[in-house]
Amino acid sequence: MLTFIVNNPYYILLALSTAVAAGILGAFAVMRRMALASDPISHIALPGLGLALILKINPLIGAGAALLVGALLIWSFEKRTGISTETLIGVVFSLALAVGSLITSGEELIDALLGNYSSVAPVEFFVGLAIIAIIIIFLLMKRHELTLSILSPELAKTSGIATDRLNLYFLLALVATVLLGLRFVGVLLMGSLVIIPAAVAKNLARSMRGMIVIGAVIAVFSVLAGLLGASYFNLPTGPTIVTVAAGIFVLSLLRKKPD
Amino acid sequence: MKVLEVKGLSVRFDNAVVLENVSFNVEREDSLAIIGPNGAGKTVLFRALLGTIPYQGEIKWAGDARIGYVPQRLVIERALPLTVQEFLDTKIHVLHSNPAEVKSLLEVVRLQLSILKRPLAKLSSGQLQRILIVFALIGNPNILLFDEPTASVDSPSEEQIYETLHHLEDEHHLTTLVISHDLSLVYRYADKVLCLNKQQLCFGVPQEILSTDTLNKLYGTPRKHYEHHHSDHAHVHRQ
Repeated sequence: MLTFIVNNPYYILLALSTAVAAGILGAFAVMRRMALASDPISHIALPGLGLALILKINPLIGAGAALLVGALLIWSFEKRTGISTETLIGVVFSLALAVGSLITSGEELIDALLGNYSSVAPVEFFVGLAIIAIIIIFLLMKRHELTLSILSPELAKTSGIATDRLNLYFLLALVATVLLGLRFVGVLLMGSLVIIPAAVAKNLARSMRGMIVIGAVIAVFSVLAGLLGASYFNLPTGPTIVTVAAGIFVLSLLRKKPD
Repeated sequence: MKVLEVKGLSVRFDNAVVLENVSFNVEREDSLAIIGPNGAGKTVLFRALLGTIPYQGEIKWAGDARIGYVPQRLVIERALPLTVQEFLDTKIHVLHSNPAEVKSLLEVVRLQLSILKRPLAKLSSGQLQRILIVFALIGNPNILLFDEPTASVDSPSEEQIYETLHHLEDEHHLTTLVISHDLSLVYRYADKVLCLNKQQLCFGVPQEILSTDTLNKLYGTPRKHYEHHHSDHAHVHRQ
């Protein structure tokens, strides 16, 4: 176990920082009732991953491009038609998962779906860390604006918040977090790393601030314990991380705060 | 001096007409009541005025307009741990207001400081309504939009909220736009009234234009009993 951490410091550190961003982001996603949306949003990465593998370019670039297009599509559709994001994401992204599975092959498909161990190059690590830092700073600095625009767009508007732009930034933060987490958790389960820690935090926290902190801590713990467990028992990383998180969720139900 | 000018305002959702050709003005420090049956487009009118939905026509606010808005309700998941303090902090933070403002605003709506620590989702509907009023008043607005301020509170609280509202209008020189179901309160407090039923059926001074005919046309059924009931009610609480 320790050899794994010592030999893969970039991998572990990037996984843990992604978990912090996912935990914080989850608090807002759950509040926005986007919990279900953040799950299939990761699926749209798959056709991009598949195409990148076929074209022999870095899979993360393919996945990133696909996610970016997906986020912009959701944002503009939602803005124009007023259809809920969940419906759109449900339809478009399930299709993406289907198409992606068709064009990605064998072992690569399993790795893309469930996450794996792979070396993280120093450049990838530092770029990833910079993106995570931007996401975390954005979420913490804009937490008041995000909270208000989620609770009531009208109240947000009368308080002078540009809700459209804020929504777009939030979606971009979501896809960037999903993209960075793909390697560790996989396309199928990355959404769970956003949802489950936030769901635990909602059960335990007595304030929004508490929910953000607890969400981040649970996400970090799940990733750390999941990666160590996966390495020790030779299991795929994504399912192990999500199983740990889900176990904590069940425990949190026992300690749910009184009404 | 006009604080709001609306000309030929229309709103359509999926080609269904929700508001058609509505035009009215609001003078500074006036109180405008907006009345009409359910589904008449009253809340939609507010949304258009706030700029949160697309519309046709012209809406012109005065350059110095600072708008506070009290929505009819706020849908919050019961398990959400957001506290009242955190909710109010959002606006204080965005507008760079003075946090000390909250204490005096809570006094205005007769709430204790201890309510700040409670989760917003666990408040009674009357408490939530008052918190929404406090929220609207943060940042010292000069215009208030109230969507049925008393829809979800009991009658004594209803009187109190209207008294508070009236007091605020005088003290802070506010212009108010109030959606109301209660005609007795419209007669008592409003300078002008706008009758809406998708179209604009009347606009003017309540005592001059709210004839039985207009009300029958607006609501489609005789309103005599309803009015009577509410005047009695108000009378009892004034004693």
